[in-house]
Amino acid sequence: MNGEWWWAYVVIAVAGWLATDIWRWLGVLTGNRLDEDSEALYWVRAVATALVMAVTAKLIVFPAGTLADAPLWLRVGAAGVGFAAFLLAGQRVGVAVVTSTLLLGAGLYWLD
Amino acid sequence: MQCRAHCPALFVCASPHTLCHPGMSMSPSSDTRLTLFWFLSGMRGITSLPALILMTSFVGFSAFAFESGITRGEAIFMTISIWALPAKMILVGMMASGAHIAACFLAVTLSSIRMMPMVASIVPEMRTEKTPTWVLLLLSHFVAITAWVFAIQRLKDVPHEHRTTFFAGFGITLTLTNTLIVAVCYGVVETFPPVVSGALFMLTPVYFLASIWATARQTVVKLAFVIGVIAGPVMAVLEPDFDVLYAGIGGGTLAYLIDRFWMRKRRPAVEAGDAS
Repeated sequence: MNGEWWWAYVVIAVAGWLATDIWRWLGVLTGNRLDEDSEALYWVRAVATALVMAVTAKLIVFPAGTLADAPLWLRVGAAGVGFAAFLLAGQRVGVAVVTSTLLLGAGLYWLD
Repeated sequence: MQCRAHCPALFVCASPHTLCHPGMSMSPSSDTRLTLFWFLSGMRGITSLPALILMTSFVGFSAFAFESGITRGEAIFMTISIWALPAKMILVGMMASGAHIAACFLAVTLSSIRMMPMVASIVPEMRTEKTPTWVLLLLSHFVAITAWVFAIQRLKDVPHEHRTTFFAGFGITLTLTNTLIVAVCYGVVETFPPVVSGALFMLTPVYFLASIWATARQTVVKLAFVIGVIAGPVMAVLEPDFDVLYAGIGGGTLAYLIDRFWMRKRRPAVEAGDAS
């Protein structure tokens, strides 16, 4: 059965589609019971933000793919300097993205 | 009913009495036009910075899928059916290593628990009393980090009754565009020079860092941001199996408690202003 071409699609539908959408559906059912600016919504927002930021920080500290070839100090340094530049520039998101990406690119080029 | 006698041509009625068209203060054609307007406004979000950054990540994903031996059709199906990029990266890795379907399910579902509070936190802003639940269930599929950030940033500027339409315009367009990118770029870009692909993989997390901080309206969200950023990598070392869950649920709860019992007591006036 594992050799059939359609088996991969079954795996994606069950272990991908269903595995992610279950949580989205549960989110709708929970969110439907929450009032805007209720105390419970504060907690839900805090948990959602902490979860997303934990995932984001891990993308930088423990990256997959080619970014893993860059040393940790370069990745964290580029992200940190970019974030500082973003704060100094009056929270302009483009500043963070351009600064960090250029620093990382320059660092990789220089180390090569 | 009386409506017929008073207004024989139902849709070209010169004076649209709410009595004749219950629940409708405007004529149907202008209502449709408004819906179309907000759907198109949402679609226009495809040219925003977050959407463009996500598209570069999907170019990276098509190269990753190709390298891992996933077929073009499978990569396309994954993009439209799973949508969230981290979940797809995990599934590609598991499938490439020939893992059992149950193991794949467990790994992907554990990494996707964050979807629940993410969706739950924007639903109260998005729905009205009349929004059917099935519409929200359908739209929730298009929620991933980029669309979530976009919703937090933009929904507050959209009239309440048009928020689901606006989000549908953005979410559906973003998902379909990226599916198209995967279909076209698969196999075209086999490998980038390391400098370019390294920089590409850096764009997304840096964008999340800056935009989520910039959209944080409440102190509790900023606290959760800082705690999450620190706790994510720390828990990855201490508890690698459930790191994101501990960092997220534990860290978020900690942020909430600090805000509730310490920050709000110290600055009640500021918090009241933030909550509006």
